[in-house]
Amino acid sequence: MSKEWFPLLPEQASTFAWQVDALYLLLVGLSVFFTIAIIAVIIYFSIKYRRRSESERPAAIHGNLPLELAWSIIPMFMCIGVFALGADLFFNMYRTPTDGIDIYVVGKQWMWKVQHPEGKREINTLHVPVNQTIRLTLTSEDVIHSFYIPAFRTKKDAVPGRYNTMWFEATQVGEYHLFCAEYCGTQHSGMIGRVYVMELDDYQRWLVSTSAGGEATGQSMAQLGEVQFQQLGCQTCHKAEPGGRGPDLNGVFGKPVELASGETVRVDETYLRESILTPAAKLVKGYPPIMPAFQGQVSEETLAQLVEYVKSLGAAKK
Amino acid sequence: MSTATAAPPATNGHGETENFLTAGYGFKTWLLTLDHKRIGLLYLGCITVVFLMGGFFAGMIRAELMTPQGDLVGAETYNKMFTLHGVLMIFFFLIPSVPAVLGNFVLPIMIGAKDVAFPKLNLLSWYMYASGALLALLAMVLGGVDTGWTFYTPYSSTYANGYVALVVVGVFVNGFSSILTGLNFMVTVHKMRAPGMTWFRLPLFIWAQYATSMIMLLGTPVVAITLLLVVLERVLHIGIFDPRYGGDPILFQHMFWFYSHPAVYIMILPGFGVVSEIIACFSRKAIFGYSFVAFSSLAIAVLGFLVWGHHMFTTGQSMYASMVFSFITFFIAVPTAVKIFNWTATLYKGSISLKSPMLYALGFIGLFLIGGLTGLFLSTLGTDIHLHDTYFVVAHFHYVMVGGMVMAFLGGVHFWWPKMTGRMYPETLAKISAALVFVGFNLTFFPQFIMGYLGMPRRYHTYPPEFQVYHVMSTAGATVLGLGYVLLIAYLLWSVYKGPKAPANPWAAKGLEWNIPSPPVVTNFDTTPVVTWEPYPYEQPEEHPSDSQHAYPKKQEEHLV
Repeated sequence: MSKEWFPLLPEQASTFAWQVDALYLLLVGLSVFFTIAIIAVIIYFSIKYRRRSESERPAAIHGNLPLELAWSIIPMFMCIGVFALGADLFFNMYRTPTDGIDIYVVGKQWMWKVQHPEGKREINTLHVPVNQTIRLTLTSEDVIHSFYIPAFRTKKDAVPGRYNTMWFEATQVGEYHLFCAEYCGTQHSGMIGRVYVMELDDYQRWLVSTSAGGEATGQSMAQLGEVQFQQLGCQTCHKAEPGGRGPDLNGVFGKPVELASGETVRVDETYLRESILTPAAKLVKGYPPIMPAFQGQVSEETLAQLVEYVKSLGAAKK
Repeated sequence: MSTATAAPPATNGHGETENFLTAGYGFKTWLLTLDHKRIGLLYLGCITVVFLMGGFFAGMIRAELMTPQGDLVGAETYNKMFTLHGVLMIFFFLIPSVPAVLGNFVLPIMIGAKDVAFPKLNLLSWYMYASGALLALLAMVLGGVDTGWTFYTPYSSTYANGYVALVVVGVFVNGFSSILTGLNFMVTVHKMRAPGMTWFRLPLFIWAQYATSMIMLLGTPVVAITLLLVVLERVLHIGIFDPRYGGDPILFQHMFWFYSHPAVYIMILPGFGVVSEIIACFSRKAIFGYSFVAFSSLAIAVLGFLVWGHHMFTTGQSMYASMVFSFITFFIAVPTAVKIFNWTATLYKGSISLKSPMLYALGFIGLFLIGGLTGLFLSTLGTDIHLHDTYFVVAHFHYVMVGGMVMAFLGGVHFWWPKMTGRMYPETLAKISAALVFVGFNLTFFPQFIMGYLGMPRRYHTYPPEFQVYHVMSTAGATVLGLGYVLLIAYLLWSVYKGPKAPANPWAAKGLEWNIPSPPVVTNFDTTPVVTWEPYPYEQPEEHPSDSQHAYPKKQEEHLV
């Protein structure tokens, strides 16, 4: 953590950090310039044109069109420039790379529950390897939370009922703050934790370790998902061959699928989640709406395991 | 000096004509009044009480945050305090401050009218406001509410304890006060202008009030519907916002900010109007670029409706939607910058007097400038992701709302105080309190920008120790700020009873309200004025021929015998 008495910038520990800081400092520069310039002019005028006698009646100046157009149009172009820089950076933050390590995060009053694909689970900590693309899939079991790592200059809301994704690439091994940024009730300020950035080797050792923090399950998320898949009876209809009462799930992940409504959607995490909870919402063409809704019956953590299991079915076939 | 309480109505022994304050005594004459000036003062009394309560909660919040641990109050109490601070200050202080107090008092006079278009509706607005405030107060006494003033779902609709429905109904009822006031002002400006008072002869305060009324009329119904849906979901579990019942929590944010972003302009546009009046008067110059300033108010009002999504960049809202919202937000910066440049240019070659209203107006420019520029950090997508929901946002909107609107409001109160009460306040104390407010404000909120960029999230009861140095500075500043406000309230109250009598036009200001006695008579004008001059004729040495009888304020009393 920062040792300075009056720190001005947080640590830079992701690829976004210096980009956000550069943009921030540009805005600080512009703001300081305009603030000082305008305040200096006001002070100068207040002194130079101070009222020297009660009878003063200065001549009116009703305006100056070229001047006013200039100070409308020049700031407008400056604004468009800053907008473009900000939008470009946002574009990079928003477009999640497809490769990378997938980690599932569930917010819950008042803790962060994290599942790694290899099966390791942790609460209020997040272990990630340095210099790797990390993709977080976020959701919430109750109210809206927000996953915020100041040292990485990024955050995303964990919204109940939907998956949001965020990504980052940590650049520096160390320990960083993790905050909930969206007010979520009584213990909101207690919903904080630590992000540990580790060397890749250390991370891999951590994933299988039973003593280094977190809960090792011994099974990957996909394996845990497969168990759930059997227990919930999914396999009675979603058989591993054509002709089942439900669609064959082998290799569907990432593929487009035609719906009964005639639309086409790409099978992603959000679609799988929705189709488990409310199957009738986006029914696959050619199948009757017979699947029961699992809304309220499976936890977000189990849902994530089921999603990972279906994803793994795709990978196995390819 | 005879005190007003003992004097009978009509003229008293000193030859003073009856004014709106002496036109009737007792609670009944106030609570059933249809006089826009009295209604303005009723609002002033109420919002002062609300401001003191909201300020008390702010003080408690700052005291708690002196140390990183939660040692003064528990988490639940802390959350209730910041919620009530926000609800009271936003809905029951800032929104009615300039429109309902100063607007009610001076808007009809400025356009040469005897009252607003619908005086009974005006009184009803005040009752709506007072009932809404009482409901919120009742909820507070019963045990409070901890949702934050934003009432985000599904926390507010399903999970929060406390009297959410009661507070929300209070805000809902108060909304009608806004709607009716907006309607009243718009009709008044359209239909009740004095002969010769054309649109481009209107004081800029009226333009600002008009733009504000537009937002009140169009925006408030949306928040009313939204809040009603929250109550319905909370009570009947209809599935609008909670995904457990098939709703969408983000829908609430869209509907809430569709009103609440424009509401930011309800809270600042009237302040722009006040500042225009003060700067013209105390630099004795017509406002530079009248039409740019007038139309920039309308531009802000219209664009303000198209930017609500900039509160939602981190919610997972579509990337392209975020880009559009960001882009339009930058365009609001342009009319806002125009106003600041034009006010500054108005000072050029003026005759500048730094009386207390002017100190507040210039303080407003400085603080609002910082508030506006830091808004750019938040409209910039790349930096907002980091800054969203941190103290940077808290500092930004306090610079706009408190540094901007409260400074403008206090400037307006000092400017029109002689007109409203017929008394002068002690100018030296006024200058001291303006300085205390300015210094205290900056010390309170500037450190919050730095703390926010460092990552300090808002609405935190406890926090990591490295942020403490900035919290201590902020709390120290809040103490100075509080002293400034207390001093101000004290000398203004004193002046009502003991202040020297105010002349009709203590600032040698232009505008119809300065052509009538202080305080005005019930009907404002004995005869409807005819306007033959352009706005802000400060270059003219004498008052207009039409009001020559008031040209020498010091001799006004003899004149009116």
